[in-house]
Amino acid sequence: MEAFTRLDAKAAPLPLANIDTDQIIPKQFLKTVERKGLAKGLFYEYRFDEQGKEKPDFVLNQPAYKAAGVLIAGDNFGCGSSREHAPWALMDFGIKCVISTSFADIFYNNCFQNGLLPVVLKAHEVQQLMDEARGGNHVTSIDLEAQTVTSPSGAVFRFDIDAQRKAKMLQGLDAIGETLQAAPAIDLYEQKRALDRPWLERA
Amino acid sequence: MAGKTLYDKIWDAHVVDTQDGEAILYIDLHLIHEVTTPQAFAGLRANRRAVRRPDRTLAVADHNVPTEGQALGVDAVADEEARLQLQTLGKNVADYGIEYFPMGDIRNGIVHVVGPEQGRTQPGMTIVCGDSHTSTHGAFGALAHGIGTSEVEHVLATQTLRQKKAKNFRVRIEGEPAPGVGAKDYALAVIGEIGTAGGTGYVIEYAGSAVQALSMEGRMTLCNLTIEGGARAGLVAPDETTFAYLKGRPSTPKGGAWEMALSYWKTFFTDEDAVFDREIVLDAAKIAPTVTWGTSPEDVIPVTGTVPSPDSFDTPDKRASAERALEYMGLSAGQPITEAKVDVVFIGSCTNSRIEDLRSAAKIAEGRKVAPGVRAMIVPGSGLVSAQAEEEGLDEIFKAAGFEWREPGCSMCLGMNPDRLTSGQRCASTSNRNFEGRQGRGGRTHLMSPAMAAAAAIAGHIADVRDFL
Ligand code: SF4
Repeated sequence: MEAFTRLDAKAAPLPLANIDTDQIIPKQFLKTVERKGLAKGLFYEYRFDEQGKEKPDFVLNQPAYKAAGVLIAGDNFGCGSSREHAPWALMDFGIKCVISTSFADIFYNNCFQNGLLPVVLKAHEVQQLMDEARGGNHVTSIDLEAQTVTSPSGAVFRFDIDAQRKAKMLQGLDAIGETLQAAPAIDLYEQKRALDRPWLERA
Repeated sequence: MAGKTLYDKIWDAHVVDTQDGEAILYIDLHLIHEVTTPQAFAGLRANRRAVRRPDRTLAVADHNVPTEGQALGVDAVADEEARLQLQTLGKNVADYGIEYFPMGDIRNGIVHVVGPEQGRTQPGMTIVCGDSHTSTHGAFGALAHGIGTSEVEHVLATQTLRQKKAKNFRVRIEGEPAPGVGAKDYALAVIGEIGTAGGTGYVIEYAGSAVQALSMEGRMTLCNLTIEGGARAGLVAPDETTFAYLKGRPSTPKGGAWEMALSYWKTFFTDEDAVFDREIVLDAAKIAPTVTWGTSPEDVIPVTGTVPSPDSFDTPDKRASAERALEYMGLSAGQPITEAKVDVVFIGSCTNSRIEDLRSAAKIAEGRKVAPGVRAMIVPGSGLVSAQAEEEGLDEIFKAAGFEWREPGCSMCLGMNPDRLTSGQRCASTSNRNFEGRQGRGGRTHLMSPAMAAAAAIAGHIADVRDFL
């Protein structure tokens, strides 16, 4: 997993509440065998019409936001099915941070497993970021070390994050990386197991 | 100090370390298949990680293989998505040196049939697989449960799983069952009793004289359905029945190692003074052949019963879902369940596709004919089950009665391969989930035992197997 320390990127406003994972990535895109390449299904119903043509008015289709790295969304982002394809699709599109007033639980957890930073801010702060993102300058900065979001106009908002999660994010440590820190204990267990249950070594 | 339960003992034997209140649990056996692994391998590649113990990993192709023409090979699989997933698994196992029983190999079959059949599944083990019915392996006194794709990747990379311990729940089934009643009926009765969320947060140990009297096949059926009661895993303490089943299987220890393993396995039982967080007792004699009427595995009634009225449920939510279920199932309250005419009969799935299941269905089918208009299919759980059944002449009995004799796989348990129900079709099924759309969009599933399903095929409607004994 890639470490997340600081991000300066264009922010795209998506002022909708309860965006569920099926809207983030509809189920016809779950057939893939890769984590990469899911960007094409991201917000599919919003981005494309029935003929598969881009809908020009959807925010991520507008030239100013095509390279967005931050998404600013309404309440309860990521609710619905637990599919991990949702953070995968966002990451694949290039979004590394989602800012909202609240996130659904499983999605929130899945983000940390995949190096996507979910930031919770107060309603008026999210609103201000949303408004500014609609203006001419869209670059929003996120500093995970300092736990701040800086708006294009320079307004600074502080956010909370669990200390352990923050540390892992800063180091790019996912659950596997974390467990691998216990590799010596696993080695030891395996050595002991080979002595106690030698028949399992020969399967 | 109170004694330990079987679950406590297996757990304690596998804790490698504890971090932030979560145990790192060593995994003895990791079973993998084509559907839930591609992204896990992609994740390993992206992070340049290796598979820690390819020798503790076994791959099969089951979920989306077609149940005919398997000899033609993966490239001939018509469904593009299925073909891609199967090809991807083939590539992944080759890249990482993992043993694989590909489609068409006689050892291939449904992952939860193959593990026990090969003797990979052994008492006291921890076993995981990216499929919720991994609970099946608990029949051997192994702690076995399903995991998600991220966890599959975690196990591949570390041979461990991060987990918090569950609570202990014992289900005792005592006494002698009536003729025609068996493990599937017990399992459905237990879910009917505790509900689909009744086991949440628990590992269930099945005990009691009726459980001890079950064959390994029966115990697997019981543990398989544990997940439908919401529990993480089901367990049966290993005993002589278990050891006799394991002896001589391809992957069980031989000679001196067998004796050594046997004495280790015999340490896995619940101490007499162990305390369970919850316990229930069922009387086997009171359990009738059981079927489901609705769209949740807890929607059970005895085959002699009538479809319940939504008004008979105590909460508004339950009344609403019962109404929805009746509408979806095309049934009306008060109707005897035996009036429900079936279009399809499916005998298969990791719940009921083992040799004993086929024998009990063949006993009903022998010398009889499938009712006109009914499509009845038998899908053995593995190539070896199929070969065994053919040796016993069961395939001939089925074919003579008008059943289709198909090649192994998950088949109509889930609508992921060509075997699917069409909208409105009613199916007597030996599988484990009667959710809306599970066997195909709009399909209506009634869960029951293999003998009951065979009886339904002959009668053309849901029928009491006892009339066919
Ligand atoms: S038969 Fe059904 S439940 Fe069993 S492994 Fe296959 S899909 Fe899963």
